[in-house]
Order: sequence, then structure tokens, then C-alpha cells
Amino acid sequence: MSDVTTNAPTMNLLPKDRKLSSRFWTLVTGLSVLLICATIAIIILNIFVNGWGYFSWRFISTIPKNNFFEPETAGILPMIIGTTLKVFIMTVFGVPVGVVTAIYLSEYASYNSHSIRLIRSAVNNLAGVPSIVFGLFGLGFFINFVGQNLDDLMGYSEPVWGKPALIWASLTLAVMTMPVVIVATEEAIRAIPRGEREASYALGATKLQTIKNIVLPRALPGIMTGMILAISRAAGEVAPILFTGVAYFMADLPHKLTDQFLDLGFHVFVLSTQSPDIEKTKQMLYATVLTLLILTMSLSLIAVIIRMRIRKKLRSMSA
Amino acid sequence: MITEIKQNTMTLNSIIFQTPVLTSNTLIEIKNLSVYYGKSIAIKNVSFNIKEKVITALIGPSGCGKSTLLRCLNRMNDLIENVRITGTICIGGQDIYAKEVDVIELRKKVGMVFQKSNPFPKSIYDNVAYGLRIRGVNNKSVLDEVVEESLRAAALWDEVKDRLHANAMGLSGGQQQRLCIARAIAIKPEIILMDEPASALDPIATARVEELILSLKENYTIVIVTHNMQQAARISDFTAFFYLGELVEYDTTKKIFLNPKEKRTEDYVTGRFG
Repeated sequence: MSDVTTNAPTMNLLPKDRKLSSRFWTLVTGLSVLLICATIAIIILNIFVNGWGYFSWRFISTIPKNNFFEPETAGILPMIIGTTLKVFIMTVFGVPVGVVTAIYLSEYASYNSHSIRLIRSAVNNLAGVPSIVFGLFGLGFFINFVGQNLDDLMGYSEPVWGKPALIWASLTLAVMTMPVVIVATEEAIRAIPRGEREASYALGATKLQTIKNIVLPRALPGIMTGMILAISRAAGEVAPILFTGVAYFMADLPHKLTDQFLDLGFHVFVLSTQSPDIEKTKQMLYATVLTLLILTMSLSLIAVIIRMRIRKKLRSMSA
Repeated sequence: MITEIKQNTMTLNSIIFQTPVLTSNTLIEIKNLSVYYGKSIAIKNVSFNIKEKVITALIGPSGCGKSTLLRCLNRMNDLIENVRITGTICIGGQDIYAKEVDVIELRKKVGMVFQKSNPFPKSIYDNVAYGLRIRGVNNKSVLDEVVEESLRAAALWDEVKDRLHANAMGLSGGQQQRLCIARAIAIKPEIILMDEPASALDPIATARVEELILSLKENYTIVIVTHNMQQAARISDFTAFFYLGELVEYDTTKKIFLNPKEKRTEDYVTGRFG
């Protein structure tokens, strides 16, 4: 035993060449981070610098009467309202369905059965489908199938439901963003310690009571994360609403779910491709993009703040 | 090594064993119980009877099936996929695996305390009240009363009475485990199952939990799984020794520790095992 200490080897734990390679990788990974940060900074800076000059309260609070290409009279209030509405309706319909699906997948279905694996991979693949395909799906399923059948059923001679509308655009977006909600919720549920669930069952709770009292409150921040991701994606998406509800121009705000609506993202497209004088409308275009950016950010900011509150409440819960 | 074993035996000899009421009635009858996880067998044809209002300890090396057996008694194994159970377990004459048995009612009668303390991330009050609330008891004065009664029975009341509405996660490990015991007794079970309830606690907290378990014997039938030989010797009246899924020996704790019939039991309780 004692001879070990006399022959103790010198502790050279970090040879020189490894130091060098360690430095190299620090540099490479650091540079990648820098590249991404710089890209984001340039995009945001560019939009702010070019858009801020034209951005004004008048611009975002005006409903343009006819010519929205004229810088003096143009406004984007209907677009802001339309985008907000589509995101809001999408959340109201999409998140509950996504959460319930996630609960089924993680609580009721057996984890390793073939059909559940198939459903799970279908959900993951759904997230990779191009958004224009969702747009076509919305047109085919919601408008041509659901909407027209509704009209037939109600006996309307003019199409009421069977045409592009706010509700169909929102539902199409809901279908598109559902995988995000499902995956985030499922992961949050899976992270709940088994002990808490077992404690609930051991006290004689039913499955439903355990889900309601233990699983859902614990998963709420995760659900909110899914919601935030869904909102930020949906707010800027144009392709899915192209055939399902967005209008080129409306002199009025949408009043019913079956009305068409104006959208900020689509308006950016209109301003940049349909303008009679690109130079004149350029500043307007930038200001619209800036508004879209601010709107998207503030929509998710609201959700982030709510999530923070829930987390805080979870941590220092007092009855 | 040899001195170690001697010391071990000496400490066991110096323990004052519980003297069980040998006339007490059988409450749980386990007959030819076998449990399979998929294709592997966890419990092999085990039969024995557990008496009412005594503490029965299940001991044995890791993986011997003692926790599995415990979890059969309130059908917690139902929650795990691929578990197959044969044989019968009768509690108070009722086969708990019979088709007409309501698991929810069973778990109300057979409470459980887990190895890792698992309070809900709710207030101390809400933790204790959970079992009653899920049964629709919402009367505040009833809840107040039960919460106080249970916390007193769990020897926790004096420490937490001023912060009943603080989060239970802020309690120390020992307090959390006593809270879990309070939560279990709040629904007034007849049997309390304990799965190594003190294994994650320091010696002082362990002593308090042991004291508490002893005090609960008056009103409850307790089945406790433990790795701690001294603990089994100190608190239990009867001890069942399991090895590789089989019940090797079951007798009064005193006999198991001082005069076991089986060589394997003797080797295990004196620490000569493995």
C-alpha cells in the first residue's frame, strides 16, 4: 500500500495538443454563435433604420379608404387587427385540441404500441409539411368540404361558409401549428416526476383527477411554451391563409367569422409586388414589416409573461 | 471483516425487540402469489399472512421482490405495463384482485408512503387535504380539522402550524416524509404501506420517522419495506425475509434476528451476505 505514494506519477492531465484543439473548438463554436447573432442584429437593425422614419401612430391607426399605396393616406390598422384575430382564433381552437391530444398520447395510450408510434411520427412529420400545402388542405377540407356542406345543410343559396373566411384561415393555421403544441405539451408531461403521479393514485385519485390536479398544473408552463412557438409562427405565415381567408383589400374590418380579413404578412407581399411605384412605397413597406415584427414579438411576449407568472406561482404556491 | 460481523450481531443483540400481540387477527392473506414483469419473474409463489395492527417488515437484498410485493397490496402495479399477477391477496376476506373490486376504494383503505418523499408542489395544507378534496370534501371546517389531526398524528403539527399555506417543497427531507405520512393518514386508511420511508433521511430524521411509525401501530396495520436491518429489528413485530423473489422465512422479528431457522436468513441479517 505504501509504495504507491513514493512512486506517484506526475499529473499531466491536459497535454498540449489537446489544449490547442480545445481552443480551436471554442473559437469555431463561438464564431458560429457570433454569426447567428450578427445576422439577427443586421435584419432587425435594417428594418428599424428604414422603417422608423415612416412609422407613426397615424399609420398604424388608419383604416385606408381606397388607395393604400399612397403614403399620405395609407394605414395598416385592418391588417394589424386581422393578424391579431387570426392568431387569437387559431390559439383558441388549436391549443386545446393539441393539449388534449398530448394528454391522450402520454397518459392514456400505451407508450410503445405500434399505432401510437405511428401517430407520434405522423405528428412529427406534420411539422415538416410546407405551409403552402396546409393552405391547399385548408381550401380543400375546410372551405370546399366543411364549408360547402354547412351551406347545403343550412339551405343557403349564396355561399356563406363555403368561401374564404377568417375562421377557415385560423383553423388552417391551427392545424399547421398543432404539432408544436402537442410535442411541447407531451414533453412537459413526461418531465413530471413519477412519484407525484403515484402519490396521487395512492391516495385514491382517479386518472382524470390526477390529470386535472397534478399533471395539467405542472405541464402548464410547457403548454405555454408550445403556444408561444405556435403564435410566433402563425403570426407571420402567409401561405396557409392565401386561399383560405386573406383579402387583397377591404374597406371595412371583419365583423363575422365568415368575413375575409387583411393580414400584415400578406400586405408586405402586396406592397412589395403590386406597388405602382416601388420607390414611393418602400418606406411604407419597411414600416409594415416593422409593425409585423413588433406585433409578433409582443404577442409572444404576452405569453412569456403569463408563463413566468405561472412558473412563479408553481414555485411559491400558497393555497 | 470478522470484527465487523461481530459488531453487527452485537448491535442487533442490544436492540430491544417489539413484543407483538400474537393473538392479533390476520388482516392480509397472501396465497401463491407470483408476479411477472414481461417474461421475468419478480415474485415466486409467495404465501403468508399479515396480522392486524402490527408492523410487518419486508427485508431482503435489492431486487428480491419486496417492493413489488408491497405494491401489489394497493395495486400500484396496475399502473405499470406488462405486469402479470397470479395467486390471490385477500384483505379482510376480500380478494383485492377480484373483478368487482374498485381500485379507488382499495387505495382509500390501503395508503402508501414512498421511498422518495413526494409531496405535491402545493401548500402543506393542500397536500394533506388532497385525498379528501378528490372525494368531494370541500367543507372548510372539516378539512381544517382533518389537516390538524393528521399533522399532529404525523408529529409535524408544531413545526408547520404557522405556515400551513407555505409550499411543501420548502420543508426539509424528514419533514417532507412526515408530511407524506400525514397525507396518507388523512384519508383514514386501515393499512399503511411504506416503501423504505427513511432511506433518504439522515439518522435524526430517521429516528423521528421511526418513532412516528411506532406510534401509528396503535391504529394502523403497517407493512414496511426496508434495507436497514437495524430499523427492521427496532420497529417491526414480524419480519419476512425475501431472496430472489422467494419468501425464505417469515416469523416474529425477534426470531428472525436472533434465532432464524434458515441459514440464508442468518447470513443476511448478520451482514454476511453477498
